[in-house]
Amino acid sequence: MKKVLIAIAFIVPLTIQGVAQSSPVTLLNVSYDPTRELYQDYNAAFAKYWKAKTGQQVNVQQSHGGSSKQARAVIDGLEADVVTLALAYDIDAIAQNAKLLPANWQSRLPNNSSPYTSTIIFLVRKGNPKGIKDWDDLVRPGVAVITPNPKTSGGARWNYLAAWGYALKRSGGDESKAKDFIAKLYKNVPVLDSGARGATTTFVERGMGDVLIAWENEVLLGTKDLGQDKFEIVVPSLSILCEPTVSVVDKVVDKKGTRVIAEEYLKHLYSPEGQEIAAKRYYRPRSEAAAKKYASQFPKVKLFTLAEIIGDWQKTQKIHFADGGVFDQVYQPNQ
Amino acid sequence: MAVRFKQRSVLPGYGLSLGFTVLYLSLIVLIPLSATFLKASSLTWPRFWHVVTAPRAIASYELSFGASAIAAGINLVFGLIVAWVLVRYTFPGKRVFDSLVDLPFALPTAVAGIALTAIYSANGWIGHYLQPFGIKAAYSRLGVVIALTFTGLPFVVRTVQPVLEDLDKEMEEAAASLGADRGQTITRVLLPAILPAALTGVTMAFARAVGEYGSVVFISGNMPMRTEITPLLIITKLEQYDYAGATAIAVVMLVVSFVMLLAINLVQAWSGRRIKSSGASDRALGEA
Repeated sequence: MKKVLIAIAFIVPLTIQGVAQSSPVTLLNVSYDPTRELYQDYNAAFAKYWKAKTGQQVNVQQSHGGSSKQARAVIDGLEADVVTLALAYDIDAIAQNAKLLPANWQSRLPNNSSPYTSTIIFLVRKGNPKGIKDWDDLVRPGVAVITPNPKTSGGARWNYLAAWGYALKRSGGDESKAKDFIAKLYKNVPVLDSGARGATTTFVERGMGDVLIAWENEVLLGTKDLGQDKFEIVVPSLSILCEPTVSVVDKVVDKKGTRVIAEEYLKHLYSPEGQEIAAKRYYRPRSEAAAKKYASQFPKVKLFTLAEIIGDWQKTQKIHFADGGVFDQVYQPNQ
Repeated sequence: MAVRFKQRSVLPGYGLSLGFTVLYLSLIVLIPLSATFLKASSLTWPRFWHVVTAPRAIASYELSFGASAIAAGINLVFGLIVAWVLVRYTFPGKRVFDSLVDLPFALPTAVAGIALTAIYSANGWIGHYLQPFGIKAAYSRLGVVIALTFTGLPFVVRTVQPVLEDLDKEMEEAAASLGADRGQTITRVLLPAILPAALTGVTMAFARAVGEYGSVVFISGNMPMRTEITPLLIITKLEQYDYAGATAIAVVMLVVSFVMLLAINLVQAWSGRRIKSSGASDRALGEA
């Protein structure tokens, strides 16, 4: 890996365009946990597409982990050509802390640089013994809810914001009522795992909790592995449109000379082929054609966006997840 | 020892080896640690104070240092017993038991955490026996102590074992023949001899427990104010890109740990000197 990178770093500036294009190139895609299967498929498809188009061989390497942990790795020097993370805030962090890409990165690709979406739904135990149908059932006394810590997990932030948005919409925009709802919800959480995968294990393997709040794509992809006879999917009346975002890392691609191919790698996600692969891996596609074709596999749920309930991620982080924010007040009410 | 240094060792290379030691310690320990202090110093004093004295941080110090002390205490008592049995008795499978002691060293801590959680959670082998009594082992402070006891197990056993092996059985027989009863033999002959080694073991078990992260996060439940250990709080701050806040708490941990280790080292040196200078065991026998 390192040798290849070094080789590329030496070869690219020295050779003329034509020669460079015929030598194989390696891209590093730094992503978050549940996209592993999606990008395995997509990388193979993209390599084929690129070879047919330019004759050049491309080898895309993947790295997966908690979204903000991955962003930190890039900030600390992991040479990612592209980042495909769970939320825009994590890519913002790379722009702010390491200045590896411009602050307006999100406006460079369609749909706010979010080629596929997902939402937040529930997983309950077989037969739904606690009768959980919607968000209101999660704050009932005696219901144990499993969701990871929104301070450390990207997925958990979407979970939290879905609950917040539901409470806000139901109370007609009353923030103090929404705060009460969040406080009651997290009082029902017996374990705060640091990541989404950990929370799933707690729910499935340890038998903790009555309901797991989780990514739709994770639940749909995983129900077979988890055991269909043990769990049921419950779809709430209202949830959030999760928009995972993608970007090239400017400083890295300019140094490595991989900008053209890295940009094409992301653009191709929006193509019919890319959209179809996303849909097959249970991400909701942006293109209407793919959405129509795979409509039957996604549960019908009314979705709201982050922009509708709060605004952008910087504002969201400041109000809800920063130290002393709404989430901290659940555990330290006096602050 | 001290005398030998003053006379200059007969072995050559004193300057070279000392220089190497200082350089090595600086590279491996001092420079990374001073980077921590440097990063934390980007905070102003009031801000630093606010971060390290937040109720959540205080609760995590209490848990981390408290649970580590309890776990080290448990390991002291049971480690001594294990070491005793392994040295003084022969039984089938002794070698196997002996190597089992080292397992917590070798096992990746995350694996230990997952295994312990599986066993102690409400539906686990041990957990479901505890459940009827209202004892919650996993996802509680008890779970933290369990994990830390596990990871600290080898230290006391491995430090005490060689000392016990060197201790002649004749000493105990002599004590008995001079009229000491069993209790006296233990408290006046055996314990003084193994105390310095046992203290070393406890110190290492404690230090290891304070820094332990991998195994605890699986079993503790990670609830702020209740079961959140300090290393987790540091990671949480890092995940929020709060580098300065994370290092501020790390500095507190470093300072507290260093002071505690220093204190235990002093106690150990003192007890070692006491035994050597007064020949404690002989005198104790005389008195008996």
